[in-house]
Amino acid sequence: MKYAAGDEIRDTKAPAGPIEDRWEKRKFSAKLVNPANKRKLNVIVVGTGLAGGSAAATLGELGYNVKSFCYQDSPRRAHSIAAQGGINAAKNYRGDGDSIYRLFYDTVKGGDFRARESNVYRLAQVSVNIIDQAVAQGVPFAREYGGLLDTRSFGGAQVSRTFYARGQTGQQLLLGAYQALERQVAAGTVEMFTRHEMLDLIVADGRARGVIVRDMVTGEIERHVADAVVLATGGYGNVFFLSTNAKGCNTTAIWRAHERGAYFANPCYTQIHPTCIPVSGEYQSKLTLMSESLRNDGRVWVPLRKGDDRVPGDIPEDERDYYLERIYPAFGNLVPRDIASRAAKNVCDEGRGVGPGGLGVYLDFRDAINRLGRDAVEKKYGNLFEMYERITGENPYETPMRIYPAVHYTMGGLWVDYDLQSTIPGLFVIGEANFSDHGANRLGASALMQGLADGYFVLPTTIGDYLAAGPFGEVEEEAVAEAEIKVRSKIERLLSVNGTRTPDSFHRELGRLMWDHCGMERTEESLRKALERIPELRTEFWENVKVSGTAEELNQVLEKAGRVADFFDLAELMCLDALVRTESCGGHFRAESQDADGEALRDDENFAHVSAWEYSPEGVPVLHKEVLEYEYVKMTQRSYK
Amino acid sequence: MNLTLKVWRQSGPTDSGRMVTYRVEDVSPDMSFLEMLDVLNERLIIEGDDPIAFDHDCREGICGMCGMVINGVAHGEQRATTTCQLHMRHFEDGAVITIEPWRAAPFPVVKDLVVDRSAFDRIIQAGGFVSVPAGSAPDAHSVPVRKEDADAAFDAATCIGCGACVAACPNGSASLFTAAKITHLSLLPQGQPERLTRARAMVDQMDAEGFGGCTNTGECTAVCPKGIPLDAIAQMNGDYLKANAK
Ligand SMILES: Cc1cc2nc3c(=O)[nH]c(=O)nc-3n(C[C@H](O)[C@H](O)[C@H](O)COP(=O)(O)OP(=O)(O)OC[C@H]3O[C@@H](n4cnc5c(N)ncnc54)[C@H](O)[C@@H]3O)c2cc1C
Ligand code: SF4
Ligand code: FES
Repeated sequence: MKYAAGDEIRDTKAPAGPIEDRWEKRKFSAKLVNPANKRKLNVIVVGTGLAGGSAAATLGELGYNVKSFCYQDSPRRAHSIAAQGGINAAKNYRGDGDSIYRLFYDTVKGGDFRARESNVYRLAQVSVNIIDQAVAQGVPFAREYGGLLDTRSFGGAQVSRTFYARGQTGQQLLLGAYQALERQVAAGTVEMFTRHEMLDLIVADGRARGVIVRDMVTGEIERHVADAVVLATGGYGNVFFLSTNAKGCNTTAIWRAHERGAYFANPCYTQIHPTCIPVSGEYQSKLTLMSESLRNDGRVWVPLRKGDDRVPGDIPEDERDYYLERIYPAFGNLVPRDIASRAAKNVCDEGRGVGPGGLGVYLDFRDAINRLGRDAVEKKYGNLFEMYERITGENPYETPMRIYPAVHYTMGGLWVDYDLQSTIPGLFVIGEANFSDHGANRLGASALMQGLADGYFVLPTTIGDYLAAGPFGEVEEEAVAEAEIKVRSKIERLLSVNGTRTPDSFHRELGRLMWDHCGMERTEESLRKALERIPELRTEFWENVKVSGTAEELNQVLEKAGRVADFFDLAELMCLDALVRTESCGGHFRAESQDADGEALRDDENFAHVSAWEYSPEGVPVLHKEVLEYEYVKMTQRSYK
Repeated sequence: MNLTLKVWRQSGPTDSGRMVTYRVEDVSPDMSFLEMLDVLNERLIIEGDDPIAFDHDCREGICGMCGMVINGVAHGEQRATTTCQLHMRHFEDGAVITIEPWRAAPFPVVKDLVVDRSAFDRIIQAGGFVSVPAGSAPDAHSVPVRKEDADAAFDAATCIGCGACVAACPNGSASLFTAAKITHLSLLPQGQPERLTRARAMVDQMDAEGFGGCTNTGECTAVCPKGIPLDAIAQMNGDYLKANAK
């Protein structure tokens, strides 16, 4: 696939000066909107996860007129609900040496020096307020006997800064945001549209001015216009078909915005999570994550000998390889996700994997049970153990869990500046849908933090600066009509193919291709192969997909087909991005770029930049680079040894 | 495994609906219930039939979106389990399985097994929150919470809003759902200022939506995937009485 070089992105709108003061400075320089005008300003927020839910609620509280959309039957069901482990915050409630600076430092380093310093620093600053906000809402975080909040440590960190609500932190945080949102619905500041899917963005006079949505119950195509649009539509990990994401997660909203001019940044950065339940069969529809907090007490191992097929209990201590503890003595089982995932892949590639197909490693609680007692282990991890048993039929108190890495999170997304505004004026992108804060790798417990930071604190300030120049007047009918026609014709086209393969069968094939060629490990050869195969498969899709039913009803096959169609286009860009980036970093491991120990080898000389792709209707994407500068955290090779 | 499914098919809210029988073959015991339906649906699509519509998203037992009445029991016979977490190893080869949507007047059928549960959102809108705008919260440690209270509040807060309790209740009551939220917030200091107004508003909204009254039959807790206890309802009733006595 060809691409062209475009202009460098020079201005990210981050204020200059000492990093501690930048966000204060930006807040002060942001224009304010007077309360009487807020009522006249309309904002559309798509997505009701942690990012969108908190943003819509907060914008409603501020007095804007908000329309909020999600494809589920209730905003409470957004994918954020599934987050298990916890949320980071630099509260230093434990006095173990944590600070805003340390959270900032860990996150920049953990992101393999591919995140922006200014953004990450702000994230660390705001993290403190998130916990206050959630607690005030009644989020029942875990507490110590003295009544204060409990914390735990998480992969990639040596301080205990992760706040949690048993294994259901995302659920509790989302319910907090959802309740705040419903409060605004009752107050009349937010109008909620559930079971509505955004299918295009309306751009008029160079500004984002609305969305075209499909009412998923009646099939009606609706137009909604506003003064600004916020996308909070989550990540695109489902391009791999099998992932830990909810089944409905998709790329449609951000991909359509990309087609309308929003740059897509670092599409190839995929986070692979090391502790998922391994695949069991062809019919499998998704993968289930086992919270990484399990690595606090579980020990990861494989048999020392290849092809050792004894049951784990029969393998004596000296014939086990606790490979994480062996290779990374300083962090042991708590190394960051990319490191743990690759290490698991390596031992399985050596033929030492366990379980069906040899794609698994043990996560063993035997020692923890001996040390702490079964009760204590049950208190901490009971619900996770139960979940594991439900899915696999094996009891993890008696036999070690089997885990394997799986696609979990996407660090790429629409490019945004410091204000979270995309390259289309008036289009803001928050949460997992943007690319901004995690670099090439995301540390545990930091996505929830980013979603809520964006939604409760950052966006409500920066969008005001944009809206202060509004309201922006009538939207040209032409722009709206054009978007609507585009949506209708795509639906008609999907329905008219009437071929012989289901959308799922294409999705499965695409996903397999992406996992094999652009997954945990990529090579020039694998990526070139994928770039050859994806267009062929896409052509077949448009000639042979079968979409049953009609457009004027609840039609889940049609919904699925539309999402798969967008995944094809995205997949191609992901492979191109991965091909161009001839270095390894974070979740992007290019086999050609590794050191003598097999660790990822970054190339700061040539790749210390964000790759922001501009869409081209002719199929020749334009690459804009945003150079990353590190003033505070010195770029070093990451080492957890 | 080979199974016979009797599935409720209803093309839309105005259709009267009927049971339709399907045979599924080669079901693996490791499949989840929804994966078994996926396999059937793929076949139906290819054969040119309308696949069975059902709601789902997380497939991890946490979003509350899935839900169907399986052999007469909401989410199936296995206790404390959502439909997406129910696995086929719990069924016998050759079994006949009936599958129906939640049935309750305030949950109209949208299509096949999909129902409209937006009444739950309106109950939350009535007062299921703490009124605290972003940016005004005090430091999280300024209000200690007894661990026992936090844990109990958490137990109530785990309700996923699936609606199985309503589907199982002979009166079609939403008491367990509403009580779960009321109990969660009334056990925490943050929830105290609005405690009684909240209880009154939420219970009144529940009645206005057309849910039936609670007669303590306990069918709700028996099917609740999150084990929300019946005590929650007593707590709700207590707060409601107090609110109305004032
Ligand atoms: C199993 C699991 C465990 C996790 N655990 C943790 C953890 O412990 N800590 C942590 O920090 N992170 C964790 N994460 C990551 C974290 O949960 C997500 O990154 C985060 O919740 C994303 O939030 P979001 O608001 O950006 O998007 P989402 O929660 O994905 O919300 C997306 C929203 O957009 C809507 N939407 C999407 N497309 C459209 C469209 N076209 N039209 C209309 N609406 C649309 C959806 O309806 C939904 O409301 C976990 C993730 C998974 C999968
Ligand atoms: S109380 Fe239980 S059954 Fe009822 S909605 Fe909540 S989780 Fe579902
Ligand atoms: S699909 Fe989310 S609870 Fe079953």
